[in-house]
Amino acid sequence: MTIDSSTFSVVSSGEFEHPDTIENQAFGFWLYIMSDLVLFATIFAAYAVLGHNYAGGPTGKDLFHLPYTFGETMLLLFSSATYGMSMLAMNNNRKDLVLRWLFITFLLGLGFLAMEISEFHHMILDGNGPERSGFLSAFFTLVGTHGSHVAFGLIWMAVMMGQTIAKGLSAPVQSRLIRLSIFWHFLDIVWVGVFTIVYLMGVM
Amino acid sequence: MDRTPIDSAGAGKGSFKSYAIGFTLSIVLTVIAFLLVMQGGGLPRLAISFGIFGAAILQMLVHLHYFLHLDTSSTARWNMLALLITLLIMILFVGLTLWIMSDLNYRMM
Repeated sequence: MTIDSSTFSVVSSGEFEHPDTIENQAFGFWLYIMSDLVLFATIFAAYAVLGHNYAGGPTGKDLFHLPYTFGETMLLLFSSATYGMSMLAMNNNRKDLVLRWLFITFLLGLGFLAMEISEFHHMILDGNGPERSGFLSAFFTLVGTHGSHVAFGLIWMAVMMGQTIAKGLSAPVQSRLIRLSIFWHFLDIVWVGVFTIVYLMGVM
Repeated sequence: MDRTPIDSAGAGKGSFKSYAIGFTLSIVLTVIAFLLVMQGGGLPRLAISFGIFGAAILQMLVHLHYFLHLDTSSTARWNMLALLITLLIMILFVGLTLWIMSDLNYRMM
């Protein structure tokens, strides 16, 4: 079986030449996000079933400090807006501004993650870890899954800052930045659900 | 190999105005939900629940429209279709799970 090698060279050199490539990649990533939403739906369902099984342990009212969670929410919301600023800078081909806004977004995301880890840490130290009750198992699974998504988003963002410095705003880099923006905005949308269902409902 | 701006459905076509509107609306909705729970002690529980869920759904729509630039235009049609089908699956997952588990709970009592 012989394969014309020119087929490959055309494909590789033309990978980012096609005008629809970036849109297709963004749409493919969009479909991945949809599957991620289904994952979160299953965890929300588990939380809805187990959320009141306290097993004599603490309830949301005892554990959650709403102003603290409000601060986390604001960090994530600001980071969504600053990522938007980075996308605008990218459309204007301003590499310096892209980097500046990405860095601010990274710090805000890191702040969110630090607050969440601190909250988990204190709960586990107080003996209220995931093994305490069905409610806490579901809580740690749901909030932890969101937090791990944020952590991977931050790693991705660090890599993209490196790529932007090393490669400039080339078409592949722009395409990746667009996909990261979809990821980051969706994490904020999922957090709105977590904040409402877990924290606000939990404290009521 | 710097390029000219790339127009892309779903993320890359925002304007400063759209991000500013989305950001302001999100802040307002989050503060409303927060205050309803913190200060709304006198209100009936059901009213607060409706309030915070309404604010949450509105805020998700605000994020989708102003941050992810999802609308009914032809460029975003497939994104919208995929999202709607996913929404159906999510509602089935959560709704049927709750139904089955509450029914099971009822029968085991």
